[in-house]
Amino acid sequence: MSAVVTDHEHEHHDHKPSGIKRWLYTTNHKDIGTMYLVFALIMFFIGGAMAMVIRAELFQPGMQFVEPNFFNQMTTVHGLIMVFGAVMPAFTGLANWMIPMMIGAPDMALPRMNNWSFWILPFAFLILLMSLFMPGGGPSFGWTFYAPLSTTYSGDSTALFVFSVHIMGISSIMGAINVIVTIFNLRAPGMTWMKMPLFVWTWLITAFLLIMVMPVLAGVVTMVLTDKYFGTSFFDAAGGGDPVLFQHIFWFFGHPEVYIMILPAFGIVSSIVPTFARKPLFGYASMVYATSSIALLSFLVWAHHMFTTGMPVAGALFFMYCTMLIAVPTGVKVFNWVATMWRGAMTFEVPMMFALAFIVLFTIGGFSGLMLAITPADFQYHDTYFVVAHFHYVLVTGAVFSIIAAAYYWLPKWTGHMYDEKLGQWHFWCSLISVNMLFFPMHFVGLAGMPRRIPDYALQFADFNAFISIGGFLFGASQLIFVAVLVKCARGGEKATAQVWEGAEGLEWEVPSPAPYHTFETPPVIK
Amino acid sequence: MTKTRSLRWSLPTLLLAATVNATDMPLNMTRGVTEISQQVYDLHMTIFWICCVIGAVVFGIMFWSIVRHRKARGVQPAQFHESTKVEILWTAIPVLILILMAIPATKTLIAMEDTTEADVTVLVTGSQWKWHYKYLENDVEFYSLLATPKEQITNRFAKGENYLLEVDRPLVIPTGKKVRFLMTSDDVIHSWWVPAFAVKKDANPGFINEAWTRVDEPGIYRGQCAELCGKDHGFMPIVVIAKSPADYEQWVNGEAERIAKARAEEQELLAMNMSMEELMSVGARTYTAYCAACHQPNGEGLPGIFPALKGSAMALNDMPGHINIVLNGKAGTSMQAYARQLSLKEIAAVITYERNAWGNNTGELVQAADVHAVMQGKGE
Repeated sequence: MSAVVTDHEHEHHDHKPSGIKRWLYTTNHKDIGTMYLVFALIMFFIGGAMAMVIRAELFQPGMQFVEPNFFNQMTTVHGLIMVFGAVMPAFTGLANWMIPMMIGAPDMALPRMNNWSFWILPFAFLILLMSLFMPGGGPSFGWTFYAPLSTTYSGDSTALFVFSVHIMGISSIMGAINVIVTIFNLRAPGMTWMKMPLFVWTWLITAFLLIMVMPVLAGVVTMVLTDKYFGTSFFDAAGGGDPVLFQHIFWFFGHPEVYIMILPAFGIVSSIVPTFARKPLFGYASMVYATSSIALLSFLVWAHHMFTTGMPVAGALFFMYCTMLIAVPTGVKVFNWVATMWRGAMTFEVPMMFALAFIVLFTIGGFSGLMLAITPADFQYHDTYFVVAHFHYVLVTGAVFSIIAAAYYWLPKWTGHMYDEKLGQWHFWCSLISVNMLFFPMHFVGLAGMPRRIPDYALQFADFNAFISIGGFLFGASQLIFVAVLVKCARGGEKATAQVWEGAEGLEWEVPSPAPYHTFETPPVIK
Repeated sequence: MTKTRSLRWSLPTLLLAATVNATDMPLNMTRGVTEISQQVYDLHMTIFWICCVIGAVVFGIMFWSIVRHRKARGVQPAQFHESTKVEILWTAIPVLILILMAIPATKTLIAMEDTTEADVTVLVTGSQWKWHYKYLENDVEFYSLLATPKEQITNRFAKGENYLLEVDRPLVIPTGKKVRFLMTSDDVIHSWWVPAFAVKKDANPGFINEAWTRVDEPGIYRGQCAELCGKDHGFMPIVVIAKSPADYEQWVNGEAERIAKARAEEQELLAMNMSMEELMSVGARTYTAYCAACHQPNGEGLPGIFPALKGSAMALNDMPGHINIVLNGKAGTSMQAYARQLSLKEIAAVITYERNAWGNNTGELVQAADVHAVMQGKGE
């Protein structure tokens, strides 16, 4: 893809208020992207601190540091923060920064809404975090908030939980609408659908998933709210409801939600691998089709989270087959990345290292996902640490690694400076080793029979849990290196060129580094 | 077996070898003790090896490429992309593998779900945080509670061998017979899981789920609740003892007798008065087993979730109300009905205890007859 970049560096247009006002009032996609990313990083550390509490308590059998009720609040809020506060906003931040620059648009299509969709987010999490200080504590029913544990049997923080999830949902929906409208309307002339970078494609599909399922989440939390406070019985058999109905609705949101957290990652890896292999992506079209099929299938597999709830055999078989089918388009993606590397001329800068680790470790998460799809075996895996291992491979070494890779990849474009490669490599290797110490042994613990979400465990699990906790602490500490890299890079460093990476292609690499406050005010022409 | 052996000495285990007094943890799913659990294990291993082979091939090619096709070796990047032939191939092969995998999985699943023609049926009811077993063919039912002492959990005593996996009254089933489980719950969703049987089924309030097992080996099998069910989710284990049909018969008759005898004693008790001392000692024991999880050993509850009994208006003044709430629970809250969980004696004792412990010195005694009166609707 090549572009004729016209003179768009109108530096004199860079008028913006200074200080806090710049950030409060901004409608600039780059500023908003930055705020999303910084917010996600802060949430990543808060959610991570909660994981440290969990791992400290699980370091040894017996209750040492926290009460079971607080332990449950930690697992619940850790999950909510990481999903809605860290991973999703980080992807939205990347979308804000990169999509307009990748399609040759001057900004997002709905800049004021963009401002609002970010600024309600800190309040959502403030409400959620404050609920921890209520008498009785915050939500303690798991991030999946199964009824009736979250209705009849929950504390009064439930109302705050519901309100904060509503705000997160509104923010996500607005973010998604913005992405869709931008991509549909603001592509530069000549930027046809099948010329769009894969990151744009995967985000477009993600945005559709978001506007389809976030209302379902809003619906289900509202039903929880009315069941608890207004006498309805959606999930109470005594009033004609059904607690399993909750799970159907939740997972109808929840399964597409996990793809919401991984599709943009596919886009990122599909950008990074060709750059550092200096070779075009092997199957661009098949990547687009694979992403679309994964998105469609994601609506047909929700009940694979519910095999033990007691469903008819025919239902279980349907969901088993559909779930197994997802392995096919996912496999196509992995094969594509490997074929892209094949006979390339690879270099191994930090973004590439994280992308390579993503491919291997995400695939391991995919394998355990395939194992979980086999319903009879799922009866043994379900709600054990095997599942915890599975979704952390997909979400930490999958989604989070891709976000870190993206940050390293585009940092020079954002700041105008190269990051410290040596420190970055340290960050990578420390993260890689510790993350596997943390999550790999969980497979064994789960197979041996340790249920998830328990604050204390039988003695046979002691050694492994101690080891896992050490891995957890190391992984947490490793992320401090990341902060050091970010701060150092924001402050200065070797000047980055416009292209930054030798093999990089795409419109974002044709504007100078750092990208000017306004880019593509005159659309580039794409041949 | 040799495979498991070699796995056992994998890197993490070596690193761990130095730490803590280890009970050995198996590194793989249990084969279990039933035909079904063996099938499940086989499915697990089949899909595991399939994943290993695919992983070895894909990662092999990837690492080969990483080693060979690096710029540092001075290679020129090829520019090929798209190949319909390759793409069809790598779509079709996984589909075939998946179809092959789906066949045995379907067979096992259908067998697992066939709960017909059972010899023994047990109704399993979960509640916060214990299991209740009721043998539908016999007049036998009982609660099964965690038997690990609180002192072990809070690290004041050394932990026993079956820490957190021991109960006061295990479920007993006959070997060689098809045992059907009907699962339900009194409050939130629980999940009854015994790995050795490959049975994990949710206990949903207001609905009944079915599962079954046929155990051939007599033995003790342990499991845990597998669905987050509140504060003490980690503290509601399952213990199943499989006995030969003859031993089982003997046990079940003995239980029926014991329960009948307890009922008769209950009737006698109505005419008797227990001393404060006796009531307080039985009461303290019952309180620790049934009430302390929520209302806390010090009677102060957990503010915002579980109300305090210490100094509460009900415990100090309203005796009929107090008896009533213990008997019938409080709808819409976690407070359970204890009428069918505890004997009249225990209920009388625990209420006496609650009215006289932690400075609630009402000096009032509650006798079995008082409880019985409220139960019959005469108390209020």
